[in-house]
Amino acid sequence: MNLAIFKDTEIVAIAVGIVFGIVCRIITLRTDYRQYPTYPHGKVIHVSLGVIAAGLGAVAVPALLKKDYTAITFLALAAQQFREVRNMERETLSQVDKMELVPRGNTYIEGIAMVFEGRNYMVIFASFVAALFSLMFQWYWGVAAGIVSLVVAKVFQSGKTLGQIADIRAAEVRFEGADLFVDSIHIMNVGLESDRRVIAEHGLGLIVVPKNENVKVTISNIGQRQAILHNVSVILGVYRDTGEPALVPMAKLDLRSGTLAVFVLPREKDPAKAIAVLRNVPVLENAVRMPSESPAGQGEG
Amino acid sequence: MARIVAVVATEEQRVCGGVPVFVALDAEQQQRLAESLEKILDVNAHRLMNDVIILVDHSVAG
Repeated sequence: MNLAIFKDTEIVAIAVGIVFGIVCRIITLRTDYRQYPTYPHGKVIHVSLGVIAAGLGAVAVPALLKKDYTAITFLALAAQQFREVRNMERETLSQVDKMELVPRGNTYIEGIAMVFEGRNYMVIFASFVAALFSLMFQWYWGVAAGIVSLVVAKVFQSGKTLGQIADIRAAEVRFEGADLFVDSIHIMNVGLESDRRVIAEHGLGLIVVPKNENVKVTISNIGQRQAILHNVSVILGVYRDTGEPALVPMAKLDLRSGTLAVFVLPREKDPAKAIAVLRNVPVLENAVRMPSESPAGQGEG
Repeated sequence: MARIVAVVATEEQRVCGGVPVFVALDAEQQQRLAESLEKILDVNAHRLMNDVIILVDHSVAG
């Protein structure tokens, strides 16, 4: 075998870059309870795109060092390509969402699509850094820089969860006549005796108490609320079917305090588990607002 | 805005208007009637203060 190829520092740098790029994509490609990306084809698509991104990031370094500045336009092309990935994901998820008993909602879908685009840029970053260091110094420095960039990618991978920004506790589900309440928050009017019986048996109430003013805005976002309901329904199951319009999970605000009441119909009625699930609901990037950062928002509370 | 698609009442003189009205003999029959309608029309049944049940389509957009 001809090993002369490994003496060429550029080839080594590109190889190191590509390897770290691919590793970066694989470690950030988790198929968890959401089962998304779907296995196996959804994964194949994203690993393949990750390989392309890794190649682009790694090849950019020698091109730039050779003062081939037009090579940077390649990255613009890559950005275009990955925006396409975002559109693809958005389209697929929106179509699939129509067939869900408890939909994800548009905000959640946008969040997921954005993550797919963002991770490809992280891949470019990882492979670029790894290739740069192995070309400027030695291949092992490239490996070290690659490892650091993987750590960075992993840190940026997950955002906050609901448990970090709000306190969650179980609450009583009760009826006043035909009106359904969780704690003291009105959820909906249920006209049928039979539906009320099912809800009394299977319904579970939870209260999300925001820890500060900013969180109040976040949990009042309808997309965020839908994401909560979707996650609970995926993990604990949902007692619901077509033609049962009254059996619908809902989340309503207490307007005075900004507290959110979540009413769900899990297959597995276990308040402790439901609280754990709610704590792990991702806080959607698009639902985050920071009124306290505005000059007008400061001063009180 | 949601739309009322049917009304189920026990007393005929309490309801009138431009939606289909079903008159039941008693509260039990009213519940059964509303239940059937809920399943058939895939709309929500809501009970008002005066014990009239309305069937509301919440899926209507706008």
